Amino acid sequence: MRIKAKATVLATVGAMAVMAGQGVLAETADKRIALSNNYAGNSWRQAMLRSWEKVTGQAVADGQVAAADAFTTAENQVTEQAAQIQNLILQGYDAIVINAASPEGLNGAVKEACDAGVTVVSFDGIVTEPCAWRIAVDFKQMGKDEVLYLAERLPDGGNLLEIRGLAGVFVDDAISAGIHEGVAETGKFEIVGSVHGNWAQDVAQKAVAGILPSLPEIVGVVTQGGDGYGAAQAIAATGRDMPVIVMGNRHDELTWWKEQKDANGYETMSVSIAPGVSTLAFWVAQQILDGQDVPKDLTVPFLRIDQDTLEDSLANTEAGGVANVEYSLEDAKGVIAGAM
Amino acid sequence: MSGPVSPRLLRSLLPPLSLAAILIAIFYLQPRTMSYFGLNLLLNLAVPIALATIAQMFILCVNELDLSIGGFVSLVACITATWLHDTPLLGVAALAGLIAAYAGLGALIHLRNLPSIVVTLGMSFVWLGLAVLVLPTPGGKAPDYIRALMTLKPALVPFPIIAAVGLALVVHLFIMRSAWGTVLRGAGGNPRSLERAGWSLLRIKMTMFALAGFFGVLSGMALVGLTTSADANIALRYTLLSIAGVILGGGEFVGGRISPIGAVIGAMTLALAGSFLSFLRLNPDWQIGAQGAILIIVLALRVLISRAETRT
Repeated sequence: MRIKAKATVLATVGAMAVMAGQGVLAETADKRIALSNNYAGNSWRQAMLRSWEKVTGQAVADGQVAAADAFTTAENQVTEQAAQIQNLILQGYDAIVINAASPEGLNGAVKEACDAGVTVVSFDGIVTEPCAWRIAVDFKQMGKDEVLYLAERLPDGGNLLEIRGLAGVFVDDAISAGIHEGVAETGKFEIVGSVHGNWAQDVAQKAVAGILPSLPEIVGVVTQGGDGYGAAQAIAATGRDMPVIVMGNRHDELTWWKEQKDANGYETMSVSIAPGVSTLAFWVAQQILDGQDVPKDLTVPFLRIDQDTLEDSLANTEAGGVANVEYSLEDAKGVIAGAM
Repeated sequence: MSGPVSPRLLRSLLPPLSLAAILIAIFYLQPRTMSYFGLNLLLNLAVPIALATIAQMFILCVNELDLSIGGFVSLVACITATWLHDTPLLGVAALAGLIAAYAGLGALIHLRNLPSIVVTLGMSFVWLGLAVLVLPTPGGKAPDYIRALMTLKPALVPFPIIAAVGLALVVHLFIMRSAWGTVLRGAGGNPRSLERAGWSLLRIKMTMFALAGFFGVLSGMALVGLTTSADANIALRYTLLSIAGVILGGGEFVGGRISPIGAVIGAMTLALAGSFLSFLRLNPDWQIGAQGAILIIVLALRVLISRAETRT
């Protein structure tokens, strides 16, 4: 009796899965996908691994793939990850999804994988080996979007304060280049000050507090994420009018925004990359294994939070973490179609 | 009190036995590795580690310690992927200059009687800084002949195994069997008597450091041949791996007691230990600890054997 009931449930689940996926799932039911990750030491990476576990666990239970195991190297080193990728080839995975320690240093191992017939999909930390797929973040566009939002909010323009990230890292250069491009294009703003906040609240707060006395009135603060709350604290301490500070999806930033919104109707927006991008990479790998035609270069959609989505996003973000979203097979198909 | 096997024999058998044990465990966990293709993938990254371990062995042999080998190999990798590829002459000159710099370090340490740990620790930052200057962002390209050599697929026996055996034999014949080698080793074991016999300790130290530099250069080139491009931080782990490899292979921190064959085996064992732990599906948080545990187990066995040795 019990076995029969179980079988019925299984059959129903199976039927539902097939219906949801338009019948293309059987192709990858026996495929195994591995995640090769180089670092797990901050909240973003932890959230990334949790999202992977949640989404792929469900996919395995639904029979969409046979396995989806996550591997993190013990140390954030190129040689460690190269060895790890070679081990994954030996373990017979059909696809390897990589968040790479170096864009170039893993190319030899990635080539070995391609030569062995393994599909390689890199995301966030991408690899340059031509045989691999890349799901990259358009950081420049992210910077530009911030200025475009401000131009919409503040039609009269004015002075801006720019908070940059960690000097010498390409992400910092890319976001900043986007911001400057946006300023040049809209022609309304002038960046009157620029400090390095190192993507950390405490550093940003000190840096902003240091430069504020020398600045004229500012109408907006463009940031890179992780630095908005510190900037708000520093500005609040001087008694100036609060400018529009673009946030970066961190829990403390969203919390502060919510407080201000409730108290005086403060309006802004928040943008960053969701750690759940690992699940997008998973579905892309699944689609490639399924035989779909997927372009080699894809772009990660940003996770943007606006005035009306703030409450929901905040509720789903854990304290000390960053706002997240998990991608579905449909989302992946959308991203692939968008890049065609 | 001596058993059926003499402790001396046991002692020299320990490194190959640990390698065999870990290899059998890997074959058991993942039968796929028991093939030409599998062994090639499993061992190819061990070749640069073995070369760096040999470099470290030369330094340990004269009673010093090199904490900069990881940074040095990274710098060589960066130069190989940029200058040696684009302007071969400049690349060769730069690499030769690096070997000379290593010999100079040996002279400095000897003449001023400085602790090598401090000098090489300082140099590790110099090497790393130079590497960032040569290659500010990861990239570059391996020269084609190095890439071709490292991806060589000889018939029957995978290239990493041939390379490891060849390396071990050449260094063994040179340092353990030749007259020159005996003098060089003597400088670590009993420098005073060697000096009395009329040898220049300065020249011996410079030779040993230059040899270390030479093998460090080979290590960096081999590494780039495998990865195809470089990164300023690519080989930082090699400092610890090379020291552990020498010790695991039967060498000691006391000068003069070294074993090139053991060092190569030790490097292979360490590289395989990483794969073994990953095939075990061990949580990465535990992996560094487990790697350390393997090291401690082998060293503990050695202490036991040494004890038996002194008793007989």
